[in-house]
Amino acid sequence: MQQYLYLIPALPLAGFLVLSLAGRYLSRNFIAGIGAGSICISALITILLSARFLQSPPETGAYTQVLWHWFSVEGLVSNISLRVDSLSLVFICIITFIGALIHIYSIAFMREDRDYARFFASMNLFVCAMLMLVMADNLVLLYLGWEGVGLCSYLLIGFWYETPGNYRAANKAFVITRIGDTAMIIGLFLLFKELGTLYIPDVLARATQHFSSGADGVTLIAILLLCGGMGKSAQLPLQTWLPDAMAGPSPVSALIHAATMVTAGVYLIARMHTIFELSPVAMQITAIVGAVTLFVAGCSAMVQTDIKRILAYSTISQIGYMFLALGVGAWSAGIFHFFTHAFFKALLFLAAGAVIETLHHEHNIFKMGGLRKTMPVIFWTFTIGAAALAALPLVTAGFFSKDQILWYAWSAGGGHPVLWALALAGAFITALYSTRLILVVFWGEMKTTPGHLPSRVMTVPLVILAFFSVAAGWIEWPHNILHVDLFSEEVQHVLPATVLKEGLPAEIVFQLIAVVVSLIGIYSGYSLYYGQSPLLQQWKQSPTVMSVRDFFFSGWRFDQLYDALIVRPFLFITRINKSDISDKLYTAIANVSMLLNRQFSVTQNGSLRWYVTGVLIGILFIITLQLLL
Amino acid sequence: MPILFYISSLVAILATIMVITRYHPIHALLYLIVSFMAIAVTFLSMGAPFAAALEVIIYAGAIMVLFIFVVMMLNLGKQTAQQEKEWLQPRVWLWPSVLTLVLLAEMIVLLLRPSPTDMPAVAVDARQISLSLYGEYIIAVELVGFLLMTGIVGAAHIGKQRKKSLHRFLQTTTT
Amino acid sequence: MAPIHAHTVLVVAAILFVLGLAGVLTRKNILFMLLSVEIMLNSAGLAFVAAGARWQQPDGQIMYLFILAMAAAEVSVALALVVQIHHQRKSLDIDQLKELKD
Repeated sequence: MQQYLYLIPALPLAGFLVLSLAGRYLSRNFIAGIGAGSICISALITILLSARFLQSPPETGAYTQVLWHWFSVEGLVSNISLRVDSLSLVFICIITFIGALIHIYSIAFMREDRDYARFFASMNLFVCAMLMLVMADNLVLLYLGWEGVGLCSYLLIGFWYETPGNYRAANKAFVITRIGDTAMIIGLFLLFKELGTLYIPDVLARATQHFSSGADGVTLIAILLLCGGMGKSAQLPLQTWLPDAMAGPSPVSALIHAATMVTAGVYLIARMHTIFELSPVAMQITAIVGAVTLFVAGCSAMVQTDIKRILAYSTISQIGYMFLALGVGAWSAGIFHFFTHAFFKALLFLAAGAVIETLHHEHNIFKMGGLRKTMPVIFWTFTIGAAALAALPLVTAGFFSKDQILWYAWSAGGGHPVLWALALAGAFITALYSTRLILVVFWGEMKTTPGHLPSRVMTVPLVILAFFSVAAGWIEWPHNILHVDLFSEEVQHVLPATVLKEGLPAEIVFQLIAVVVSLIGIYSGYSLYYGQSPLLQQWKQSPTVMSVRDFFFSGWRFDQLYDALIVRPFLFITRINKSDISDKLYTAIANVSMLLNRQFSVTQNGSLRWYVTGVLIGILFIITLQLLL
Repeated sequence: MPILFYISSLVAILATIMVITRYHPIHALLYLIVSFMAIAVTFLSMGAPFAAALEVIIYAGAIMVLFIFVVMMLNLGKQTAQQEKEWLQPRVWLWPSVLTLVLLAEMIVLLLRPSPTDMPAVAVDARQISLSLYGEYIIAVELVGFLLMTGIVGAAHIGKQRKKSLHRFLQTTTT
Repeated sequence: MAPIHAHTVLVVAAILFVLGLAGVLTRKNILFMLLSVEIMLNSAGLAFVAAGARWQQPDGQIMYLFILAMAAAEVSVALALVVQIHHQRKSLDIDQLKELKD
């Protein structure tokens, strides 16, 4: 099995190459076959690989394959080589499996689009880059995938580049993630300077010997890597690009949010867990960033009216949970939440895409409504996804992962009551806006008449995803209910086990609180948005509530803040320096040359006698020199 | 025969001065022939009879005749002389004369620096020259043959009487 | 009978050369410029012959021969050009031929 490892990223890459080079000469069916087929085969290989991996784990704990030597500079040896351990395996499964479903869905979703081949080429490259990221055995190759993911997100967010504003969203995503990338590459440089290697197993092994716990160097590196993760994973304060990234087609949003891109930060932190464990400060910052982000983004999701923006903010919030889990030291819980979140978030985005497509590109949820009867499949799958998002107890995957995180937020080694309170508030808000979304979109009276309903190619992936949104949680039960922990057992080969604090109330107390809170959230959403709630009408009159709503609606005014703090001063400076000062030097050189040219070209006047005079003066000069010397 | 040399070189210099100051082309040409004749005499006095003969036959004979042909063909007469008179103002010839005089002074200084050496008055006759010419200089002779050939072809080509025409590079700018 | 100094001949050649140069510089008529060029070539030949006589070698005269051939070729081409220029421009003013100006 090991020797077929390279096929997993190579097939999407091949698909990308074929589609980008020959896409315009191929028929639509052929393009769809190549675009979706390459990912599907990758997914099949991955499933076979993971079955083999689970049956008989390799002795070293990882499959490795060295493809070729990339470069070696001054002690830095970089290979194009793949390494799959159980952590990578989780990510590969999600990326290829969900990626394949999204591709199949896109076959129908993008059917009418002019740039069919370009779409599938970019999507394939996206998946390929993400696979490189998680399969890389050294940080240089990881960074290659990291940048590839950034590039593809740029290409896909700006896919409909003719619509004004979309290119702006793409630029924003690219520039903001670039801030994180810069921090990350500095972190990698420092890591290489300190440890002398970027081969991941060596890095992890040497870090514990080289650094003492809490040393300044390792803290700095960890924080820089965290900044990289924050940029890609849209965590505070670099989260502003993600809501705007909804400019891309819905499958792209699904791919970015569920399988690729935003989870890269989670992967990086989990992969570099030794570095983070050596620095309690960085761990704390990670946890705080996650907790604050999940709360801030949740508040914003509560008041959005654009269906995709609601989901975008909810993604930021859910990734915040993952960061929180990683930050408190609950490594496997964070990865498990990634695992379940991928299913239901992909489901929600694809279902939302189907709704939007059916309602003639209507994004505003308050212009939808009453779709329960007309689109039953979409309704049921969307409801399952939303229930998983709201962490409906025991029947959804979201519950199992989120419940773990809520518990660990207090009880794990880095846990704290405040973090737990924020996470709990986030859980309440999540339940509230999930209920709101379902009620507003699918109940009530119909405000927009639906067009033709989504085809089977689109609904089948939704059903599969809905199944996993329910079933994916069953592989890992809370310890006190059922002793099933397939996931953490597997992941624990790579990630350290979670350390628990002593002397806390029993786990069941936390679980009950979490269950009650999400149920309250669902109930309050129901009471506010089912029919005409008097309380909601009252709030709409109140200026205080409305100003708070506006504040949340604008994403806590982060865009305005950055605009005032960074963009405007920068534009001001550029305006001052419009005629670039350093350019002056070069234009001066050019001007002097042109002046000399004009002066000298006077001598080229076409007069023969003038030339002869020139020769004569030259002779005189030489002879005079000879006489004088 | 130093006297012969001095007289003939004086004649050559004077005739040359006359050449460059004449207005009428035919006058200038005639003075130039005088100058060439005088130089032929200096060759003789230096013991180079073969060169003297060539000077008279080819320079004064052939080349100057070519010039005269052209002058006749273009019908350069009084009108040209008049124009030359207008062109040869003192401000035109003053600066070139100064420059060339400086050059002359410098050359004479350079020439007279080493102590003067005498020239033996023994003639180098045509036999010696032809032996050397067809011995060690045979390749040069052939090259000169090529040169003359191209001269003939070039003159025949350029001198063809055609309608007024410009090179295609110049057409857009001037016409 | 005192022999001729080699330097004397060279001085004569220099004078002739400078006179030719002055002619090239002052005259505007192409025909006169060509005449002046002939003078200069001739003076160079004179210098070669003088050198040959000084060392009693035939090489000076052979060089003179080559100069002569070169002058003949040059004159034939140059006079063809003169004829052509006069034919096309009805003038032999060198200052009118300025197409190569920058």
